[in-house]
Amino acid sequence: MRLFIEQLLNGIAMGSIYALVTLGLALVYGIMRILHVAHAAVFTIGAYAGLFLFQLTGSLIVAFLGSMACCALLGVMIERFVYFPLMKYPPYVPLIGSIAVMLSIEEVCRLVAGPYILTFPAKLPFPDVYLGGIQISSTLIAVYSITAAVLLVLWYITTHTELGLAMRATSQDISISGAMGINSHVIITLTFVMGSAIAAIAGMLVGIYYNQVYPTMGTVPAYKTLALIVVGGLGSVPGAVIASMLLGTAETLLIGYANIPLPRDALAFIAMIGVLMWRSEGLLGSSR
Amino acid sequence: MSSYVITIGTIIVIQAIAVCGLNVIVGYAGQISLGHAAFFGIGAYSAAILTTKAGFSFWTALPLVIGMSGFIGLLLGLPSIRVREDFLAITTIGINFIVEAVFRYVQFFGGALGIGGIPRIVLFGIKLKGITFFLLCLGFLIVVLFICWWFTRSWASLACYAIREEETAASTMGISPVRFKLLAFVIGTAMAGLGGSLYAHYMQFISAGDFSFPVSVAFLSMLVLGGMGTLWGPVVGTLILGVLPEVFRPLVDYRIFFYTLLLLLMIRFQPGGILGEGSVVRRILAPILKGGRA
Repeated sequence: MRLFIEQLLNGIAMGSIYALVTLGLALVYGIMRILHVAHAAVFTIGAYAGLFLFQLTGSLIVAFLGSMACCALLGVMIERFVYFPLMKYPPYVPLIGSIAVMLSIEEVCRLVAGPYILTFPAKLPFPDVYLGGIQISSTLIAVYSITAAVLLVLWYITTHTELGLAMRATSQDISISGAMGINSHVIITLTFVMGSAIAAIAGMLVGIYYNQVYPTMGTVPAYKTLALIVVGGLGSVPGAVIASMLLGTAETLLIGYANIPLPRDALAFIAMIGVLMWRSEGLLGSSR
Repeated sequence: MSSYVITIGTIIVIQAIAVCGLNVIVGYAGQISLGHAAFFGIGAYSAAILTTKAGFSFWTALPLVIGMSGFIGLLLGLPSIRVREDFLAITTIGINFIVEAVFRYVQFFGGALGIGGIPRIVLFGIKLKGITFFLLCLGFLIVVLFICWWFTRSWASLACYAIREEETAASTMGISPVRFKLLAFVIGTAMAGLGGSLYAHYMQFISAGDFSFPVSVAFLSMLVLGGMGTLWGPVVGTLILGVLPEVFRPLVDYRIFFYTLLLLLMIRFQPGGILGEGSVVRRILAPILKGGRA
C-alpha cells in the first residue's frame, strides 16, 4: 500500500511535467493548426538556459525568469521565421519545418554545451511534507505546486480576461476574429510567448527533478506530447492536461507493477491508437 | 569506381526505392505518413528471418517479403480511413515507435542484438557484392519507377489524385476513398518492403535502430525535397540528401548541424520541393520541358 501511494505520487509528478510541456503544444495547435514538434527543443533550451543562469547568479528566481524570457523569445522567433510563412501550405510542410528546427536546435545544444549529461544541483525552496507516515519530498511538492500555479494562471487568463477571449476567438476562426477587430498575429505571438515560457518552466523542473540536462532530453517528449494532444483532442487544453495526468500515472504504475515487455514510450502510442479507434476526435475534442 | 562511391550509391538507390513507395502514399494519394521506416524494417526483418531461419534464398523469399509488407501495410493503413491529416501524421509516428519497440524487445526478432549472418544474394551462381549488387539495386529501382509511371497513367491514380485534392467531393463522384487509400498504402509499403529486403541483404546485419523514427523523417524529407507527387522527385531528393552528408564530411562536428539547417532552409523557401509545382528548377526548365507547347 505504501509503495503504491509512493508510486502514485511519482506518477502524478510525471503527469504534471507532461502536462506542462503538452500545454504549449495544445495552445499552439489550437490557434495555428500546426504540430509544433520544435516545442520540445524550446523545452531543452529552457533547461540549458536555466542551468547556465543558475550557475552564473546562483539564484533560482533569476534562472526561472531568465530562462522563461529566453524561451519566449525563441518561440516567437520560430513562429515568425518558420511557421507564419508556411501557414498557407498543407500541414505536412510546417510539420517537417518544425522537425528540422528541433533537430538543428538539438545540434546547437550539443555543439555549445557538449554532448555529455550536465548536472543541475539546485534545491527548490519547498518543504518536505509528512502525511500519515509517508514522506513527500520537496521536489515533488515543488512540481505539484508549480504545475498547479501555472494551470491556475492559464485558466484565469483564458476565461477571465479580454486577452483570453481574443485567444479563444482566434482559435475558433482566425479570419472572422480578424474581422471583429482582433489583431490575430499579436494573439498568435502571445500564445507562443505563453506556451514557450511554460516549456521553460517544465525544462528546468525536469532538469532539477532528474538532476540532469543533456542535448537530446527533448526527443522523447517531442513525440510523446504529440500522442498526448491527440488523446486529449487536438487543440483542447483541458483535454491535454487530463491526458497527460492519466498517462503519467498509468505509466508509472504499470512499469512499477506489471511486467510489460515493451518500453513506456511504445505504451503511450498504443494507448493513443486505442483511443483514436474508439473516439477519433480524442477525449475532449470536438468533431469538426 | 572506388568502393566508397559504390557503398554510398547502393544505399542511395535502396533508399530511393523506399521513398518511391512513400511517394505513392503521400504524393499520389495525399495520405501523410511519418512511419515509412517501419515498413522498410518489416521488409528487412522478414527477409532476414526467412533467409537465416527458414532457409529460403533471396529470390524465393522476395515474393513473400513483398506480400508480407503489403499485407501489414494494409492492416496498418486501416487507421488512415478513420483519421485524417494531423491525426494520421501522429498515428503513423505511433506505428513507427510501436514497430521499432516490437523489433527491439521481442526475442523472435533478435531483440536488442538484431539479426546477423544474412547471406548475400546469389544470381546465376555469382555472389553479388560491390558493383554487381549496386547494378541489381539499380535494376530494381528502374522496375519501381516503371511501376510508378504505369500507376500515374492508370485510372487508379486519377482516383487517388481526386481523393488527395478533395476527399468529400471524390466520394460523391462514386470514388471509394477506402479502396484507393488502401491501394496506395499496399503499393507503397510493398515497395518499402522491397527496399528493406535489399537493405538487409546488403548490410548482412540489421537491428531495430536502423528503422527508428528519424529514418522515417529522413524519408519524408527526401520526398518533400525532391518534390512529392512527381515521378523523379523521390530519386532527386534521395540523391541530394544522400550525397550532402558526404560533402559536409570535412566539417566534422558541424556536419549534422549544417545538414538540418539546409533542410530547414529548403522547406522554408521551396516547400514544393525541387521538382514540385512553382519551384525554381521547374521554372528554369519549363521552356525546355514543355518543348514550346506552352
